[in-house]
This record gives sequence, C-alpha cells and structure tokens, in this order.
Amino acid sequence: MPIDETLPVHSSNDIVVVRQVVRTSAVEIGFNLVEQTKIVTAASELARNTIDHGGGGTARVQSLWNSGRAGLRLTFEDKGPGIPDLELALKDGYTTGLGLGLGLSGARRLSNEFEIQSRPGEGTRVTITRWK
Amino acid sequence: MERIPILTMNEFLLVSIQVDMHDRLAMTLQEDLTNRIVRDRARGVLIDISSLEIVDSFMGRMISNIAAMSRVLDAETVVVGMRPAVAITLVELGLALPGVRTSLNVDRGMALLRSSLAGGGNGHGDADR
Repeated sequence: MPIDETLPVHSSNDIVVVRQVVRTSAVEIGFNLVEQTKIVTAASELARNTIDHGGGGTARVQSLWNSGRAGLRLTFEDKGPGIPDLELALKDGYTTGLGLGLGLSGARRLSNEFEIQSRPGEGTRVTITRWK
Repeated sequence: MERIPILTMNEFLLVSIQVDMHDRLAMTLQEDLTNRIVRDRARGVLIDISSLEIVDSFMGRMISNIAAMSRVLDAETVVVGMRPAVAITLVELGLALPGVRTSLNVDRGMALLRSSLAGGGNGHGDADR
C-alpha cells in the first residue's frame, strides 16, 4: 500500500505527530534503524522551520517506488514570508531565528535528494527524498 | 501539567528523558532542574537520553542550554545513554553538542562526575573537596 498522507504543521505537538508518521512510514518501507533516525531527524528540523519561519503549514509524507527501490519523500510547505537568499539560508550556522541554523543544511545532509523553492511573500516548499 | 521527573542521587540529579520532547516540556525541565540544583545543592546533573529515538537541533540546543545553566550554578552536566543511530545522525546533522560531556551509561557518567569533583575537575575551583 503506497503511503500518501498530509499533516498539519502548526504547533510543537504537530511536530511530534509528523515525527511519528515519518517513523512508521520509514519502518513500513523497510528502512534500517540509522536510515529511520536520519529521515525522522530531518523531518523534525523541517517541521520546526515550517512553524518558526513559515508561520505553519503542511507536511506531506509519500512512499516512492523507483525501479525496485523504495523511498520516502517529505514535502514541507508554508505560505510564510519566503526566503530572500536561498544560498545564505542553506549555509551551516546561518539563522534568523533562535536556533542553531542547522535546520535546512542539516536536513539536506540527512537526505539523498533535496529541493527548495521559495519566493519572497509567497512561501516556501522544501522536498527531501531518502532512498533505501 | 506534564513534567519530567528529577531524581536525587547523593549530590547528583538524574533526569531520564523518556517522552517525545516539545517546547513547553523542555522549558519546564530547564526551570525545574535549575531550581533543584540550587535547592538540593547538587554538584552534577546526569541526563539519560537512552530512550530518545532522535535528537534534533532543538533538543541539542536544550541539552547545551541545560549544561550551560548548570555550569553557572556550579554543577556539571553529563549526557548518558545516547543510541548509536542518534550519534551517527547528530554528527551528520552538524551538531557536536559543544560544552556537553557524555558517557555511555549512568554508571560511567556518575564516575566521571565523581572524579571531576574529586580532582578539582576542569576549572571548577572547589577548594575543600
């Protein structure tokens, strides 16, 4: 059964739910413990970004199947202020919030594919994929 | 209100984090712990994270903050019980937990705190012990 679930991301409790759904999905498609831990951690970082910088949004969790290979794709979307300088936002340690500035760059390192689209005033969409 | 229990073991405090942390719970823990360090005159804090399936940068910051606050109150912090998969992920995430000492388990963490207190520790000027 393919997984395709969209979850609200507005509160700290929503982050906990996102983590749980990502964990269950990762287990279901056969990720080992380290792979599970990496994708769940990346999900946690991006969900927090969605709230702290995007003012809340959604998280979509999808299972993928590509020539015999299983994967998990997570898409975080918000209608917040957007990111004016993507290159800068992806730098380690760069932050406009109170965090450590590892959210985006860390999530990128923890996944196999990373895509970010953002327009000032329109919001941000971050998509990460991890293959088994 | 939901709270993380803090146990006293001689001059040390032991916190075992077993639930999925959210912001308010983390803030409450910081407050409770700093109050207890002062009230119990604790010299060390052991934070057991063996139940945690992930540590993200939010949790990492909370742990670093607790260590820094404890240090200001003359108590050392040791984080114990990190799972191997969490360690791998933390390093890849870029989180090195600066200023936080770690041990494999509670016993070793306790030994580390004892020896650092007995030997004057690392910069903890403790003249009478």
